[in-house]
Amino acid sequence: MTAATPVLAPPTSMRVTPTFLIGATLVGLHVVVGLLTLVWTPYDPTAMTGGRLAPPSLAHWAGTDRLGRDLFTEIMVGARIALAVGTGAVAIAAAIGVTIGLLAAFASRTVDDVLAATLDILIAFPTLLLAMLIVAASDGASLGTAILAIGIASSSIVARLTRILARRVLAMDYITAARVSGTGWLGIVRIHVLPNIWPTLIVNFALQFGLAVIAEASLSYLGLGAPPPNASWGRLLQEAQATVYTAPFGAIAPGVALVSLVIGLNLFADGLRDVADPTRRRR
Amino acid sequence: MDDLLTIESLSIRHAGRPLVSGVSLSVAAGERVGLIGESGSGKSLTALAAIGLLPEGMTASGSVRLAGRQVIGATDREVVGLRGAAVATIFQEPLTALDPLMRIGDQIAEVVRRRARRDGRSPSRADVFAEVTGLMARVALPDPARLARAYPHEMSGGQRQRAAIAMALACRPRLLIADEPTTALDVTTQAEVLKLLETLVREENMGLLFISHDLPVVGTAVDRVLVLRAGELVEEGPVAEVFRRPRHPYTVGLVEAARAFDQAIGAAL
Repeated sequence: MTAATPVLAPPTSMRVTPTFLIGATLVGLHVVVGLLTLVWTPYDPTAMTGGRLAPPSLAHWAGTDRLGRDLFTEIMVGARIALAVGTGAVAIAAAIGVTIGLLAAFASRTVDDVLAATLDILIAFPTLLLAMLIVAASDGASLGTAILAIGIASSSIVARLTRILARRVLAMDYITAARVSGTGWLGIVRIHVLPNIWPTLIVNFALQFGLAVIAEASLSYLGLGAPPPNASWGRLLQEAQATVYTAPFGAIAPGVALVSLVIGLNLFADGLRDVADPTRRRR
Repeated sequence: MDDLLTIESLSIRHAGRPLVSGVSLSVAAGERVGLIGESGSGKSLTALAAIGLLPEGMTASGSVRLAGRQVIGATDREVVGLRGAAVATIFQEPLTALDPLMRIGDQIAEVVRRRARRDGRSPSRADVFAEVTGLMARVALPDPARLARAYPHEMSGGQRQRAAIAMALACRPRLLIADEPTTALDVTTQAEVLKLLETLVREENMGLLFISHDLPVVGTAVDRVLVLRAGELVEEGPVAEVFRRPRHPYTVGLVEAARAFDQAIGAAL
């Protein structure tokens, strides 16, 4: 099957809202910092570089943790881990979810009913609990396991959304018209279904990304995420818990990082919808 | 000359309840056939059965031969090839008949390209675009090169229906099924679209199966008319004859209702 090659040039006018700008800036900042840690960090993230539980200073922007490691460095590395987990988990959730959702939408009523019921049961199960079960069932906590667990646990929501959206598109006359003119079901998926459900899906992916970041922090907080010395935000929060009254910055700093990324992702998701959907675009 | 579409004693059932029973009709090349009846009389279902696209859960029996091939009982794979080559459809609501997220030009281009692949050709982008604008000019859309870039929501209802007709024409079908193609349009646009359909059917020597509940519209669009009521054919014949001397009480009612409407307009003028 050949790829759809549009006869016409891509759209030129895009509607960029302040919401989208703020979201994109916050996410962009995290991405830049995360990528930066691959080549440079202020200190070695595992080296003890200062006094223990030191408050923020010029040398240590976010202070140091209980072992004297530079907290700002650890938060920077944490951004990379959060983004890696989010990307991986959303990619897995999208691959599994969209496939199952489309199959259900096209399947006969009986198969669809079974799939829909299974999805409803999976969704009723808390994502975090499911992810914990998957981690517990695997060889042990690692970054890869966390990504896989969160991805699989989030896929049921993507699948259900895809199924509903695809069903709505399939009921349209232009699908019947396409079928009358001899388009097979793969062609219908590629030409009509995916482009039409894409704007809503992409928004959901951005939201799922935020949820995955929180899920990873939660897993790490519980010791089920990336094992130490990986500087996950969840692990930083868990470690700072014991000293939250004496050295509050140890909890505040990773907290701010986590919240700013998730808020950024949600604002970004909101703005994406306006960009992706031409019927919402102002001329 | 073989008929393009031959339906013989078609029955459609849903959950044991008959929706259409014993309908027979045929459309030959260059022939314009009207199927009229009130909402729920089975007009659209008959058309869907003709192209093998009945909704899930409905079963058809009898015989539907499209371009000489049996549709009832055929697998989807067998019918897909047949559909594009033999038949195209135009629907009532042009807004849902067009993909809201695709530019009109791209939607027509998709059909043009599919037909080219079927014929074993691979036209260049420029060729496809030329054919698209050609088709758009054919259905009297203004400024095709510019309008090709428009999304359906940026066009008027009449323009959308013309674009849908252009897509149907792009298949080069031998049979055109028009399911209430003018119902969603205002009266002046209606007349234009009907005239366009008539011209195209004549020039391409297509068969036309025109479905409507609107008597005056059917009267101008077809040569032969069939009246459907509660899933059964109650009357059929040349359009002038049926309208002048309706035999079945239901047809009499339909014609009188339309006449009363005309008189009311005449009195108001």
